[in-house]
Amino acid sequence: MDVHEFQAKQLFGQFGITVPRGKEITSPEAGAAWVAELNTPVFVVKAQIHAGGRGKAGGVKITKDKAAVPGLVKELIGKTLVTHQTGPKGREVRRLLIEEGAAIAKELYVSIVVDRDSGWPVFIASTEGGMEIEEVAAHTPEKIIREAIDPAVGFQGYNGRNIAFALGLPAMEPAVVNPFIQMLGNLYRMFMEKNAAMVEINPLVITSDKKLIALDGKVSFDDSALFRHADVQQMRDLHEEDPLEVEAGQNNLNYVKLDGNIGCMVNGAGLAMATMDVIKLAGSEPANFLDVGGGATKETVAAGFRILLKDPNVKGIFINIFGGIVRCERIANGVIEAAKEVKINVPLVVRLQGTNAEEGRKLLAESGLKVEVADDLWEAAQKIVKLTGKAA
Amino acid sequence: MSILVNKHTRVVVQGITGKEGSFHATQCKAYGTLVVAGVTPGKAGQEVEGIPVFNTVRDAVKKSQCDTSLIFVPPPFCADAILEAADAGVKLIICITEGIPVNDMVKVKRALYGRDVRLIGPNCPGVITVDEAKIGIMPGFIHKKGIVGVVSRSGTLTYEAVHQLSTLGLGETTCVGIGGDPVNGTGFVDVLALFEKDPETQGIVMIGEIGGDAEEKAAAFIKKNVKKPVVSFIAGITAPPGRRMGHAGAIVSGGKGTAAEKMKTLEAAGVRVVKNPAEIGHAIKLALGR
Repeated sequence: MDVHEFQAKQLFGQFGITVPRGKEITSPEAGAAWVAELNTPVFVVKAQIHAGGRGKAGGVKITKDKAAVPGLVKELIGKTLVTHQTGPKGREVRRLLIEEGAAIAKELYVSIVVDRDSGWPVFIASTEGGMEIEEVAAHTPEKIIREAIDPAVGFQGYNGRNIAFALGLPAMEPAVVNPFIQMLGNLYRMFMEKNAAMVEINPLVITSDKKLIALDGKVSFDDSALFRHADVQQMRDLHEEDPLEVEAGQNNLNYVKLDGNIGCMVNGAGLAMATMDVIKLAGSEPANFLDVGGGATKETVAAGFRILLKDPNVKGIFINIFGGIVRCERIANGVIEAAKEVKINVPLVVRLQGTNAEEGRKLLAESGLKVEVADDLWEAAQKIVKLTGKAA
Repeated sequence: MSILVNKHTRVVVQGITGKEGSFHATQCKAYGTLVVAGVTPGKAGQEVEGIPVFNTVRDAVKKSQCDTSLIFVPPPFCADAILEAADAGVKLIICITEGIPVNDMVKVKRALYGRDVRLIGPNCPGVITVDEAKIGIMPGFIHKKGIVGVVSRSGTLTYEAVHQLSTLGLGETTCVGIGGDPVNGTGFVDVLALFEKDPETQGIVMIGEIGGDAEEKAAAFIKKNVKKPVVSFIAGITAPPGRRMGHAGAIVSGGKGTAAEKMKTLEAAGVRVVKNPAEIGHAIKLALGR
């Protein structure tokens, strides 16, 4: 789960990491009130959306003129920002962060993720703050510093020294070395205690008066650990998520919307991905990823149909079930029952294999439903692509 | 021969009195697996389909000489259950549970490091050695004793491949689900090494997916160490970057872990990569000259 910049900064603050004084604002009135209180030479107004590239898209405004801030608030709230991460439709701005500006002397980069291979948390740091780390890694990999942390003992002083010296921090600004190492320890503590999947400070700035400030931050959380953190759950902003994905989640379905026009419903994540791939191979594009899980029932199938059919791009539906513990005749009955409740006005191909597959296929064939039944994966994919015509 | 498990493997099921645990313990036993004990704290003295239940894995090991644990414990308590099994002296731990917090697995992996215990999973279908032992949730009947070893990050997609192998008359030796989580116990490399040494296994099917670099590590290992033919399918060529595709570990991030890159690396290592999952069976048949 992703959170907004202002929420990430609230958490940084809780863990003793210095951030600019700032506040979340959703109206010009609130903006004016906060500006009066903030009292700073430079005001920064930042659009809060779950996507990077806000600055380039015009979502970040800087002004020295206190009186200009309400106008900037008006301009940004309700504006649709299109960045390289939002897709062409962009994202509507509903909230802003208004904070004090900083006198930047130097920008650094720091993040923590879990290294999948070793299973150890690893710091990634660079002197190239303010740039996208993927770009730095691609063009100047020698400027990326990695420091793995032994989870048995956690962050140690030497980990911090390794990073600080590798960055050349003592030569750059000796006064910030110890605060920097302390800050890294705090960031690690936050990462572990809050079950974050990623924490990133970019840029971490050294100011002209030799202070360290997290000027921008990004935090995402491990969905599997949200049950432990009521405070983090409350940070969820449903406006930032696809409404169909939200609805799927409420029905315990795993759904990701894509841009093609063949809707798929599959049991199991790996098979669901493979089904998308096979649709592409057959000459079309999948409209979604949808895993109905190991225990697919009439209810989950019906919910799946409803979600697929709400996507106007869907011109046909491909159900691919490999019955293991789930018996295919149950799935077939689920499809038949669900089809009675949900009007299916697009071609439907159902491929059943595994436990009681033949029985399931027979039930569907005799149901009177307009459905093509298949037993082979490739044959089924070709069928649905043919029935829907080639993808646009 | 086979790898990891066989008809002598003695299994304890942790979480045996839960809905999933009792159902699958019964299914495993019906397949012929020696399910000798179950564990649910506070329920010692009960039985599940004739399987005695103990309070702790330590008691189960003492009374039933189990050497392998199959875990169905819910995610919040699962790290605890894995560590309990390891401390009680179980040598193989197969964890089915999906949704264990990543940081819990970080601690578990660290705690198991260097110890004489192997973890398979979590978030996996388990391990089956055909006609000997089914220790997991896979449907036993689709398997047929044969010559192909299967290793996979997925569940139902593995069944798809197994079904093809069985239908084509090749059959399987052992099938291992290593799981779909970002931090897991056993990786592709360990299982590939075991298959390479197993005299019954003549060919290997490896099913990967987007995310991480387990397939790249496997490719490097295969190039150096595996003489047997390997066929691979990588799921997720159509998956968009930055989106998690069901499995916690199935995500392309920072341009890394794409299916295209994995396929390229595997091909360069001499692996026969199929783009169509419906062709896995035919490809290994061809590779084996059958």
